[in-house]
Amino acid sequence: MAAVLESLLREEVSVAAAVRWIARSAQSSEDDPGEAAALSPLRPLRKEFVPFLLNFLREQSSRVLPQGPPTPAKAPGSSAALPGRPGGPPRGSRGARSQLFPPTQLPSPAAEVPSARRGGRRRGPGPARERGGRGPAGLEEGAGGEGLPWAASRRPRGSGSPGSPSLARSDPPNLSNLEEFPPVGSVPLGPAGRTKPSRRINPTPVSEERSLSKPKTCFTSPPINCVPSSQPSVLDTSPWGHGLPPGCRSLQEEREMLRKERSKQLQQSPTPACPTPESGSPLPSRIGNLTAEPADPAGVSSHRRLELVALIYSSCLAENLVPNLFLELFFILQLLTARRMVAVKDSDLEPSPGALDSLESPLFQSVHDCVFFAVQVLEHQFQVLSCLDKGTLKLLAENERLLCFSPALQGRLQAAYESSVAKVSLAMPPSAQAVSFQPETDNRANFSSDRAFHTFKKQRDVFYEVLREWEDHHEQPGWDFEKGLGSRIRAMMGQLSAACSHSHFVRLFQKQLLQMCQSPGGAGGPVLGEAPDVLSMLGADKLGRLRRLQERLVAPQSSGGPCPPPTFPGCQGFFRDFILSASSFQFNQHLMDSLSLKIRELNGLALPQPEPSDEDGESDVDWQGERRQFAVVLLSLRLLAKFLGFVAFLPYRGPEPPPTRELQDSILALRSQVPPALDVLALLQQGLRARRAVLTVPWLVEFLSLADHIVPMLDYYRSVFTLLLHLHRSLVLSKEGEGEMCFLNKLLLLAVLGWLFQIPTVPEDLFFLEEGQLEAFEVDTVASEHGLDGMPVVDQHLLYTCCPYIGELRKLLASWVSGSSARSGGFVRKITPTTTTSLGAQPPRTTQGLQAQLAQAFFHNQPPSLRRTVEFVAERIGSNCVKHIKATLVADLVRQAESLLQEQLVMQGQEGGDPAQLLESLCSQLCPHGAQALTQGREFCQKKSPGAVRALLPEETPAAVLSSAEHIAVGLATEKACAWLSANITALIRREVKAAVSRLLRAQGPEPAARGERRGCSRACEHHAPLPSHLISEIKDVLSLAAGPRDPEEGVSPEHLEQLLGQLGQMLQCRQFLCPPAEQHLAKCSVELASLLGPPAQHQLDRGQARRLLHMLLSLWKDNFQVPVPLQLLLSPRNVGLLADTRPREWDLLLFLLRELVEKGLMGQTEIEACLGSLREAQWPGDFSEELATLFNLFLAEPHVPEPQLRACELVQPNRGTVLAQS
Amino acid sequence: MILTKAQYDEIAQCLVSVPPTRQSLRKLKQRFPSQSQATLLSIFSQEYQKHIKRTHAKHHTSEAIESYYQRYLNGVGKNGAAPVLLELANEVDYAPSLMARIILERFLQEHEETPPSKSVINSMLRDPSQIPDGVLANQVYQCVVNDCCYGPLVDCIKHAIGHEHEVLLRDLLLEKNLSFLDEDQLRAKGYDKTPDFILQVPVAVEGHIIHWIESKASFGDECSHHAYLHDQFWSYWNSMGSNRRIGKPRMEEQLKI
Repeated sequence: MAAVLESLLREEVSVAAAVRWIARSAQSSEDDPGEAAALSPLRPLRKEFVPFLLNFLREQSSRVLPQGPPTPAKAPGSSAALPGRPGGPPRGSRGARSQLFPPTQLPSPAAEVPSARRGGRRRGPGPARERGGRGPAGLEEGAGGEGLPWAASRRPRGSGSPGSPSLARSDPPNLSNLEEFPPVGSVPLGPAGRTKPSRRINPTPVSEERSLSKPKTCFTSPPINCVPSSQPSVLDTSPWGHGLPPGCRSLQEEREMLRKERSKQLQQSPTPACPTPESGSPLPSRIGNLTAEPADPAGVSSHRRLELVALIYSSCLAENLVPNLFLELFFILQLLTARRMVAVKDSDLEPSPGALDSLESPLFQSVHDCVFFAVQVLEHQFQVLSCLDKGTLKLLAENERLLCFSPALQGRLQAAYESSVAKVSLAMPPSAQAVSFQPETDNRANFSSDRAFHTFKKQRDVFYEVLREWEDHHEQPGWDFEKGLGSRIRAMMGQLSAACSHSHFVRLFQKQLLQMCQSPGGAGGPVLGEAPDVLSMLGADKLGRLRRLQERLVAPQSSGGPCPPPTFPGCQGFFRDFILSASSFQFNQHLMDSLSLKIRELNGLALPQPEPSDEDGESDVDWQGERRQFAVVLLSLRLLAKFLGFVAFLPYRGPEPPPTRELQDSILALRSQVPPALDVLALLQQGLRARRAVLTVPWLVEFLSLADHIVPMLDYYRSVFTLLLHLHRSLVLSKEGEGEMCFLNKLLLLAVLGWLFQIPTVPEDLFFLEEGQLEAFEVDTVASEHGLDGMPVVDQHLLYTCCPYIGELRKLLASWVSGSSARSGGFVRKITPTTTTSLGAQPPRTTQGLQAQLAQAFFHNQPPSLRRTVEFVAERIGSNCVKHIKATLVADLVRQAESLLQEQLVMQGQEGGDPAQLLESLCSQLCPHGAQALTQGREFCQKKSPGAVRALLPEETPAAVLSSAEHIAVGLATEKACAWLSANITALIRREVKAAVSRLLRAQGPEPAARGERRGCSRACEHHAPLPSHLISEIKDVLSLAAGPRDPEEGVSPEHLEQLLGQLGQMLQCRQFLCPPAEQHLAKCSVELASLLGPPAQHQLDRGQARRLLHMLLSLWKDNFQVPVPLQLLLSPRNVGLLADTRPREWDLLLFLLRELVEKGLMGQTEIEACLGSLREAQWPGDFSEELATLFNLFLAEPHVPEPQLRACELVQPNRGTVLAQS
Repeated sequence: MILTKAQYDEIAQCLVSVPPTRQSLRKLKQRFPSQSQATLLSIFSQEYQKHIKRTHAKHHTSEAIESYYQRYLNGVGKNGAAPVLLELANEVDYAPSLMARIILERFLQEHEETPPSKSVINSMLRDPSQIPDGVLANQVYQCVVNDCCYGPLVDCIKHAIGHEHEVLLRDLLLEKNLSFLDEDQLRAKGYDKTPDFILQVPVAVEGHIIHWIESKASFGDECSHHAYLHDQFWSYWNSMGSNRRIGKPRMEEQLKI
């Protein structure tokens, strides 16, 4: 294994080839032959590479994370070849892994102390360590030094010179040295030597539900070695209560020891600023250990080596070759936030020449190396990071080390933070505690006899009595479930004689379970009353303090480290204890039946599939509902499956796997007979096939997490695990595209599966199965196109609810923030929680919260259909409200924008300016109006909801219930609509205005005249005018006749022309069927018609008829055409040329026409002059040119006559024209 | 007015190798007096288009173009006033407007440095007075007005017919109280390719459920449609019961799922 890594480091083998080598058994053709040759002898070791790599990194980092698991003794000089643990299991990977973190070594006092200090709270080792760094780090260090002889031997006695930055940690810890082991919360001695006395948090054991957890060691670096300091006594009696590791038992001793040390300290306290040197070796630079060492990119020892390792490590992460992605991320963040380096001998630090590439020299030689490595890996994992919650992103983006080592990554994280909407509060809302009575489902008709009915009623009363008592007492120290309630529960169970009574009770039990624990708070939340939403109550002003307060008081309880064992938090504990105390076989069997049925039902539930969004934007509103429904179903399934697993595997649960192989085989033989409680394999296969893994796998994981040690060895479950492993491997996050699962869906599955693979009962070697077995399972996942997997059903909130341990990343980073503030000059102030009356166990909520509680209470007492109705109405009305706002308010704003734009265009002329600028200015004017949307939305919901509720509820609904339901519906609808509107209205207005503007600007372009107001026909018009197409066709015929060739019998009669023009007039007045292009063509054709009237030879028109027709045309042009008429065509060379071929030429009609055009204002004098001028430039026969010149002069000579003289002029014209023609 | 497939075929039969001129149309009208000019023209146009689609390529080889151009030059050289181009088109059995385009393009190639753009050519065909050569302008104009199947005027007529029938259809729908979304509304909603109308409430016509209606201006592209549609659309049109126009536009219906 080491050889592989070494060849990688020497760059003999490319990282890509190595990953291919690890991931696939067959050699791929892409492989370079040289690389293949280098790797092929190592083939048998292939599957051990990943565990080796992970262990290697953990081992290398153990000096940085000193209170992590101790590195086992190594064979001298062979850090790479790790010897197997003596007596350890001979199996390959397991052995390799176990040797590093052997469970027997885990409960080291070093790890124990912080947990004791933290008040015995179970917590992730990382944060504990980080917090340790803030204040009492010395304590752990010291204890570690004392408790572990190997540590002392590994860190030889000292050569640390005073003031030297690299610190030798060789001396036995001087616990009485206040500088070295200051009281908790005291300020580390700064250069000014300032100290601040502080109080110490007295460790008090807190009872916790850690019954199921055996500390798991593999790859948890540092693993969950801080085993809960005190197990609740009741749990010891439970079937789980397997022996605690010896380290845990010695907690009391540890405490005693601490106490002694503390009293010693107190005696010395008068001189805190003056460290007392002990045993002649002063430790002046202890300060460096207390605060974080600054990390500097310049201090990185070997860029290339770290880059390579980071690359191969990231590739393994990307290919899902590691069991738990989030655990690795946690490890990386630990490296990122490493505070200091435990120094080793100078000789260790100096890499021997030539050995730089090998594994001889330590990988991480300083904090700089660690941070560099971490940042490298984080860069590769950006995609995952960007999907974390906003808080984590913020902490990451604000991390100064990250900024220092990779400004680019920091920039991307900052951007991701800014665009993220995934707010996830680590503080869980308290779970709903209302006790529901459902009389209608438990009525007399369902019971065999009156007696059974009454018995059941009594039992129900007992059950709730027990529940209430538990609620009241379970937090009190010394209260014990079994002692307090056990006998009563058993007495009650004894009364359940008839089978049907059992099923009734089980139904009640299950309903109550779902009701109490299904909410996110109930499932993953803290113990009741523990976590009122402090943040929301206090506001965000003192966030820094609050974050720490939350972290210290709330967060540590919500989960235990990055890989907590399965627990029954909150009210789930009641149900578990109830099952245990009842210890009734019948009850358990009925419960299993009922749970299985419900799981099947929910798992098969056809979750509504949203249609592909017809219009982006408003479908979001509906989408939210779908997502919520999915979350509810998923969380219910997980809860039910967890309890099913609990009950189903309850009889087999034992402390440890059977000691001998023979025993194990006989148990296996026996167990393989037992049919599974629920055919999870079939359900899983079904789920994969239907692409519903995102629903099926999370509950299946819950089910399996409660299995006993034998289960994974059973053939049946082994195939389930193999299938899950296959799925895990296939969920490559970087793959995207058609048919792929959504990113967050994948992330959820990876998180839950990764967690499952770390459960104590799951054998550690399971993950590193032979590929042969893996590949035997090819699941056809592309069978159905539109499975849930491809839909974005998972959001960050659901992810964090299902996997609260992901929140550990955030806590780790948060602890860095609070710790590093000490370094940046400030000091860690002690948070002194002041209890206010409002922060009691059941604090009165804000009015809103109380309202919500009231609504919940209301629904409890009503048939479930009422709730469904109200929620349905609220959802639809909310959605409609958004649509309505869009159609009214937004549409109005768009109209305003259009008119504003018109104005601006008129003002600025046709140019219009920069469209982007125009849009900006319009938006800035209009967007503020969006605020009205909320008011209007509220009004809409207020108006519409009550009617809908009334229509949908039964007529007989009591008035008070009805009005409450209406109120709630209004409230919910308003909430929904306003939430969407306030988030999106500005964007919506902007989008619509933008569309309108671009539409308008486009239309503005080609024909502004056509856009003018368009006169339609009068209302009385019956649209009997000829159709435009018909007229174009007719005129075309006339034109073609005129243009010839024509048959002798063909011709155009003046009557026909007159009729045609008359029809044209009618049609232009009616306009019903007219479209602009047709009108343009008609205008052009009419001009051509006019120019044909000039040369008389082509038709049989006398002058009077021609003139009449021209008059008709003139009035059509003037009054009826609404498009520009191309009158200049009259004087185009081609049309005038028609005259040239005729003898005698008749100019008078043309002259008449020109004068009339000027007269009617259809053409300007100068325009005509210009046309005539250009006409003269064309080539004409000589005589024609002369006549043209005469016409020109004549036209010019005629002064522009005002109206009264027009008639006289008209009288004269023909003569003059005739004269001209005859001349 | 019902036009059966048989009638259609009969009319189409008479249109084999007939030039698309006014005269041909007149003859057709005499032959089928019961059909309106619009119907006949539409069928004529459609059949002729099929014919042109088949023969288009052979008129566009460079040899053909060159020989046409030479023949044109010879013709106008002898007599510029004679309908040289029109007769050339009829002789080689090609649409006059398209022939005009070929010659115009060739002419411009010869007289301008840069090859003419399509829009320039189109604009000159629309308004021949822009053509620099007077004789050619007259020839082109003659071709365009005499062509009853191609050319800008015919295009405009087709477009106008399409528009008219859309208006008619809208009126009918309004009259029958059928709620619909028209093309503009559909486009505003983001549809890119839309039928003329989508019925907001589907109707059943002769046992078929109709979701949307597309009105076509001409008999257009039968060949690309399935035979059954071809036979049926007349009856749909018939059942739509217009009393103002005969079976010119056709109502296709699409059976959606």
